[in-house]
Amino acid sequence: MIKYALFLGCNIPARVSQYEDSSRAVLKNLGVELIEISGFNCCGYPMRNIDQKAYILSAAKNLALAEKQGLNILTLCKCCFGSLKKAEYLLKEDSNLRQDVNHTLADIGLKYEGNIAVKHFLSVLYHDVGIDAIKNRLSGSYKDLRIATHYGCHALRPSRITQFDNPIAPTIFDDLVEITGAISVDWSQKLECCGAPLTGINDDISINLTKKKVLDAKKSGADYLCTACPFCHLQFDTVQKEVASNDGDSEHLAPVLYSQLLGLCMGIDQETLGLMIDDCRLLIEKMGRSDSINHQSSINNPKPKKLLHGSKNAKK
Amino acid sequence: MVFNVLLYTSLFVFIVGLIYRISTWFSRKIGISSRNIGKSERLTAAFKGILEVIFSAKILILIKVFILDVVFQKRILKEDFLRWAMHMLIYTGFMLLLLMHALDNHITASLFSEYYSTLNPFLFLRDFFGMMVIAGLAIAIYRRFILKVPRLKTNSMDYYAIIILVVIMISGFFLEATKITSISDFERMVKEFSDVDEEKDLRALESLWVHEFGVVSPDIKEPFEQNLLEHGREIHETNCAYCHSSPKWAFAGYALTKILNPIALSLDRAKSPNILWYIHILACFFGLAYLPFSKMFHIIASPISLLANAVMEKESSHTANIATRQVMELDACTHCGTCSLGCSAATAFDALGNENILPSEKMVSLKSLIAGRKLSPEEMKAVQEGICLCTNCDRCTVVCPVGINLKELWLNVREDLIQKGYPEPLLLSPFSFVRGLNRYNIPADEYYKPVEAAKQAVAGKFDFLIKQSPLVLHGGGIEEFNQLSRDNTFSYCFSCQNCTSICPAVCSFDKPEEALGLLPHQIMRCLGLGLVEMASGASMIWDCLTCYQCQEHCPQNVNVTDLFFQLKNIAVKNVKKASSEKELSQRHET
Repeated sequence: MIKYALFLGCNIPARVSQYEDSSRAVLKNLGVELIEISGFNCCGYPMRNIDQKAYILSAAKNLALAEKQGLNILTLCKCCFGSLKKAEYLLKEDSNLRQDVNHTLADIGLKYEGNIAVKHFLSVLYHDVGIDAIKNRLSGSYKDLRIATHYGCHALRPSRITQFDNPIAPTIFDDLVEITGAISVDWSQKLECCGAPLTGINDDISINLTKKKVLDAKKSGADYLCTACPFCHLQFDTVQKEVASNDGDSEHLAPVLYSQLLGLCMGIDQETLGLMIDDCRLLIEKMGRSDSINHQSSINNPKPKKLLHGSKNAKK
Repeated sequence: MVFNVLLYTSLFVFIVGLIYRISTWFSRKIGISSRNIGKSERLTAAFKGILEVIFSAKILILIKVFILDVVFQKRILKEDFLRWAMHMLIYTGFMLLLLMHALDNHITASLFSEYYSTLNPFLFLRDFFGMMVIAGLAIAIYRRFILKVPRLKTNSMDYYAIIILVVIMISGFFLEATKITSISDFERMVKEFSDVDEEKDLRALESLWVHEFGVVSPDIKEPFEQNLLEHGREIHETNCAYCHSSPKWAFAGYALTKILNPIALSLDRAKSPNILWYIHILACFFGLAYLPFSKMFHIIASPISLLANAVMEKESSHTANIATRQVMELDACTHCGTCSLGCSAATAFDALGNENILPSEKMVSLKSLIAGRKLSPEEMKAVQEGICLCTNCDRCTVVCPVGINLKELWLNVREDLIQKGYPEPLLLSPFSFVRGLNRYNIPADEYYKPVEAAKQAVAGKFDFLIKQSPLVLHGGGIEEFNQLSRDNTFSYCFSCQNCTSICPAVCSFDKPEEALGLLPHQIMRCLGLGLVEMASGASMIWDCLTCYQCQEHCPQNVNVTDLFFQLKNIAVKNVKKASSEKELSQRHET
C-alpha cells in the first residue's frame, strides 16, 4: 500500500472542502493510504512576498514533520506544492540556510535532512498509482464530455525545481482526464495563470486573466474547466461567479475538480464528492455506464496485485 | 460585623463591575460591523435575539451545548486531556467548595439538617474538593512553567488567576491545620459547648484530643495512660462527638498539622488562625470583587460565548448582535493558547518575532484596543501586521475551547484596522486572497484604498531617483545588493525581452511601462547596474503573478521571478525601516 502524509494547506479545509472529500474518496478507492499530521502549518507560500526567512521556516517545519514519520508528502494544492518544492530545493542547495533553519526547528524537536519527497495529487495518480491501476477502478466513462485542463503555474514552473511535467508541452493532466472517457480539448491558454495570485492585490489583472482563460476554453468547446488546486478552483468558481453577477457581461464556464471528475467515473456518489447538483448536471448527463458491469466487481474487490505494481513504481 | 462589611462591599463591587462589563458589550465599537449601530439598537437586538432562540427549537441546541461544552467542557477534552483534567479539577473543586463550604449557611445547612462543617462527610469533602483545586493548580503551574507548552504565553492576568487561587486554597488549608492544633480554640469550645468543669475531666478530654485529634497542648504531652484516654473518650462522646468527626478525615489539613506540630504552640499564641482567617476571606472577597475585571470574568463570558456561537450564524443573525457578540468574545477568551498552537501562520512568529501573529496574543491586544486604550504607533503596527498575517485557514475557530468565532472577528477587525491604519505591505501578498474573494461585500472605495496605500508605500521614489544626474551606481556598496548577488543570474541578462513579452501582467496593459514602472527585463538590467532601490521600487514586482513564465522562458536562465521575490522582501524591509525612522524623528521633534 502506498502511504503519504496528506498536506491540505489552509484554503482547502476552510473553503474547498469538497476537494479534500473527493480526493480522499478517490485515493481510498485506489488503495492509497493518507496519514494525518496535525502539526502541519501554512506551506509558506503567502509569506514569500514578505519575508524569505518566514517562508522557509514555515515550509521546512512541514517537511521536517513528514520526515520525522518517514512519509512523503502529498499536496492537493499546487501553490503548496510549488512552495514546498522550492523550499526543499533551497534547503538542499544551501547548507548554511539548512543549518539556520534546523537551529530554529530544534526548539520544537524537529530536524530536516531532505530525505522525503513532495508530490502533487496528480503526480501521485499518474506516476505512483499509474494509469492502468486507475482504469481498473472505473465503473463508467463520459461520452462527448469536453474538458479544458488547467495545469496551474506553481506545479509546472519553475520546471527545474518542481519536476512536475514537461513545462512546454505537459501531458499528465490530459492523460488523466482522458482515462475518464472525456476529451481533453486543445486550448491556447492552457498553461497560463488563473489570476488567483493577484486576487486582492490587483483584481483588474487577476480578473482579466480569468476572463481570458474562460473565454478561450469556451471557444475551444469545453464543457468544464478542470482544476486540481484550491486557488485556481476558487478563482474559476467564486471569483468568476462574483464577477459575472456584479459586472454582468462575462461568459461563464464552470470548473470541476479532477478528483470529482474521476470520482464520478468510479461510481462514488455525488454527496461524498461534494458535487452540487447545479455543478454536475452535465457531468451526469454525459456519464455512460454501458461497460460498467465488468469493472463494478473490481470496486468491491480491490486487486492488490495492481496496487503492488503501483507501489513499485513509487519506489523507483 | 467585619465579615459582613467586607462581604457586602465586595459583593457590591462585583455586581457593579458585572453590570459595567456587560454594558461594554453593547457600547464598545468593534471593526466595521458595528458602524452606525447605536447602543440601544444593540441592546434591543440582543433581547429580541435571545427571546427568539429561547422560544424556538434552538433551545434544544442550547441545552445540549450547555451540558456538553459548558459543564463537561468537551471542546477542551478534544484538544488536550491534561488541560481538561486541570480545568475540570479547578472548576468543579472550586464550585463545590463555593456551594458547600463558602455558602454553607445558605445551601448545605438547608439541604442537610445535620450539617456541621466539622462532621463527616462534610469534613472530608471540604478537604477533598480543596485538594481537587490544588491538583488542578499544580497541573496549571506544571504546564505553564515546567512543561512549557509551545506558544502558551503567560501574562499578568494569567499570573493573577493562579496566584489568587493559590492564596485562597493555601490559606484555607493552613487555617484548617492551625485550628486543629489550636489549644486556645480547644479551650474556648470546651468552655462554650460543654459542661465539663472538673480539673480531672478537663485533663482527660484534653489528653484524648492531643492523642487523637491533633491538638497541641503546652503542658499535656504523650504518652498517656490508657485509663486517662478511656475517661477522656467518655467525656468526648457525651460532649463533643455529636459535632466533631475525627480531624483525620480532613486529610490535607491533618497532614499539615504533622508538619506544623513543632511550631503549633507559637502559631497559636500569635493568633495564627485569626490571621489566616482574614487572609482567607480577604482573598476570597478580593477575588469576588475583582472578578469582573480579571481573567476570571471568563467564568461568565465563556459559557455565553459557547451558547451564542452555537445558535448564531453570519447570514441570519442581526449585524448588531454579531458586533455585540464579538465584543463579548474578547472577554470570553481565557488566553489558553489553543488557537496559537493550531495556527497555520504561527511559524511566522518564530521568524518575525511579532507576538501579535499568534491569535491568542492578538486577542490580548484587541482587548486593549477595543477598550479604547491608546496604543503607541509601534504597537499599532504590530497589531496590524499580526492581524493581516493570517491565512484564513479557520483552524483557530475550529479549536477554540470557548467557541469564539475568531475567523469572523479577524475579518471584521482587520478591515477596520487597514482602513484607518498604516500602509500594510502584507496586503500585497496572497494573504489578501480571502479579502479579494469578499471584495463585493466591501464598498468599492474602501476596498481599493488600503491596497493602494500599501502600493504607494512600497513604490520607489522614481522622481527623486531620476533627478540624480548622473545616476549613482552603488553596486556592491550596499547590503541589499550583496544579498541579491548570491543569486546573481541577473548578470547573464542580455535584454532579449523574452521575459517581458511573455509576462501575462505586462500583456494586461496597453501601456505597460506606464502602469508597471519598470518591465521585467528592465528590472534585471537595473540589478545588473546595482540600482537595487530602483528595481525594488517598481510596481511591476507587486503585479507579478509569480507564474514563472519569465523564468521558464529565459534563454539565459535568469531567475526572474525568484529575484522579484527578493526585491519584494527588500521593499517590505524598506517600508518598515522608513516608518520607524519617521517615528524616531517625530519623537525627537516632540
